[in-house]
Amino acid sequence: MMDGKTERPLVRVEQVSKEYAMGGEVLKALNGVSLTVGYGEFVAIIGPSGSGKSTLMNILGCLDTPTSGKYWLEGEEVSRLPENRLAEIRNRKIGFIFQNFNLLPKLTALENVELPLIYRGMKGAERRERAMEALRKVGLADRTRHRPAELSGGQQQRVAIARALAGSPPVLLGDEPTGALDSKTSGEVMELMLELNREGHTIILITHNMDVADQAKRIVRIADGVLDEGGGAACISPRD
Amino acid sequence: MHFAQGLKMAFKSIRSNKLRSILTMLGVIIGVGSVIALVGIGQGTSKQIEEQVQSLGTNLLTVNILGRGVTSTLAYEEAVQFAGIEGVEYAAPYNSNNATLKYGTAGAGVNVIGTNADYFPLRGYELAAGRFITQIDLDFHQKVAVLGSATAEELFGSENPVGEYVRINGVRYKVVGLLAEKGSSALGSNDELAVIPLTTAERMFRSKGVRSVYIQAESMDALDAVQAEVEARLAKIFRNGDDAYRVFNQADMLETAASVSGTLSLALGGIAGISLLVGGIGIMNIMLVSVTERTREIGIRKAIGAKKRDILMQFLIESVTISALGGLLGVGLGLAAGRAVSSLVKIDVVHSADMIALSMGFSILIGVVFGMYPANKAANLKPIDALRFE
Repeated sequence: MMDGKTERPLVRVEQVSKEYAMGGEVLKALNGVSLTVGYGEFVAIIGPSGSGKSTLMNILGCLDTPTSGKYWLEGEEVSRLPENRLAEIRNRKIGFIFQNFNLLPKLTALENVELPLIYRGMKGAERRERAMEALRKVGLADRTRHRPAELSGGQQQRVAIARALAGSPPVLLGDEPTGALDSKTSGEVMELMLELNREGHTIILITHNMDVADQAKRIVRIADGVLDEGGGAACISPRD
Repeated sequence: MHFAQGLKMAFKSIRSNKLRSILTMLGVIIGVGSVIALVGIGQGTSKQIEEQVQSLGTNLLTVNILGRGVTSTLAYEEAVQFAGIEGVEYAAPYNSNNATLKYGTAGAGVNVIGTNADYFPLRGYELAAGRFITQIDLDFHQKVAVLGSATAEELFGSENPVGEYVRINGVRYKVVGLLAEKGSSALGSNDELAVIPLTTAERMFRSKGVRSVYIQAESMDALDAVQAEVEARLAKIFRNGDDAYRVFNQADMLETAASVSGTLSLALGGIAGISLLVGGIGIMNIMLVSVTERTREIGIRKAIGAKKRDILMQFLIESVTISALGGLLGVGLGLAAGRAVSSLVKIDVVHSADMIALSMGFSILIGVVFGMYPANKAANLKPIDALRFE
């Protein structure tokens, strides 16, 4: 773990709210959420659908900005940055792992993994090398020329993880990364994420699956836009 | 993101949608192709006309007598006096009649020109054999004829006609000269004719005087003065009747030809512009569809760090690649069509590098202009909305 940075948390969210105007009514998706995540942590944010966890995920991933509140990522306040700066932060500091993989179907596995490095402006040879290394890490070194359609769901998600890893961002954000997988492959993907965490990667997962959340070191529950830290895993409502 | 990377992406996207890309390009292909072909034909034709006019000599005046009342012709004596005007090199009054030429059993209907010695150098004829008509032939009403190469070939085959006798409308003429082949012009063949002395022609066709006079000035500079003097003399001969004669000069004809081809080029350019515009709208339409179809892709790209500019460039490069590729294929099509036309019909097709560069440039411009709106639309998509799009 990167002990030198412990005094400055990786993610620090303070009193963040997000409001949506819906047909004249104001909907509070997040209501004064505060969260701190240190380097090397494995946090699972768990909550039922409609609890605001996707909104929180979007804000953590700099895909969206909060209505109020503050968000520091590696010490930089990012909640009010212009779009281009946010794009750059997404590129360098965040690795996304989506529920439905979100790979580009016309690109090969290698090209998909290269994509964030292209937007970083990295030159061809170095880019390919880093992408290859990321694919090797997820155990897909022999599938580089395959397109997503030629890969199984588990393999596709591993390509997506490789893409998230390729730019070596400080934080990996997973939005239900096992949601579209069967239990066997979902176990494999979780194993891979745990392995990555052991290697020092910080991982924040969003899920409504208790089995997945159980494997995280720390569980944060969210309901109705409010965060509840430190609660036992057992008290999640089984309504999903 | 680098330009080369954008180009690679564009080609990938075009290749993965071949049929659609080609259909999209079709507007530009047809637009550019028709410009290249039509302008090539237009330029070829106007070049041909120009050459023909110039081959007549640019310092040439043509006097046509339309007549007024009883005097519908100019007396030969009056006409040859034009030769005395300062700055005039040649003056050839001439009459032209259709007649039948016979040699043995062979016969041919040709144009018989009655004129003087100046006619040959003025029209640029050269001798293949024998001699031209001379002043003495005119003075003595000699029955001699000079044959054009096509006429001679029709009557004599490959034999030399000089020294032989032909019958023109039944009257015996001695062939004294054979003209070298000159080819045809816009006014018809230059080789199907027989030339006889003007005085002989007056008797033979029972028409006194001439209806046309060719006058050649010594130089272009002298032309205006010569024309003014010729017109002054004609005005004196045909009092109160300035519509009894017409004086054309070749510079006027060139100018007319140039303005005709200029108007033609403008019209072609307009048509081309319209078809390229339609092609551009086609590109815009498809790019808009493409942006909607690829909303999710845009969302993914933005999520992993593509900036507005990256997306804008990606789509703009794609639309420019489509239009430029269309332009390139259009140039090929136009060149091929021009070649086909020039081999089917006997028209010269002249392609200018300027025109090709211009239409290529224009099709690239079309890609930029009509790609801008869709590309901008793509670039301005919000990543979360785009990611949620199914």
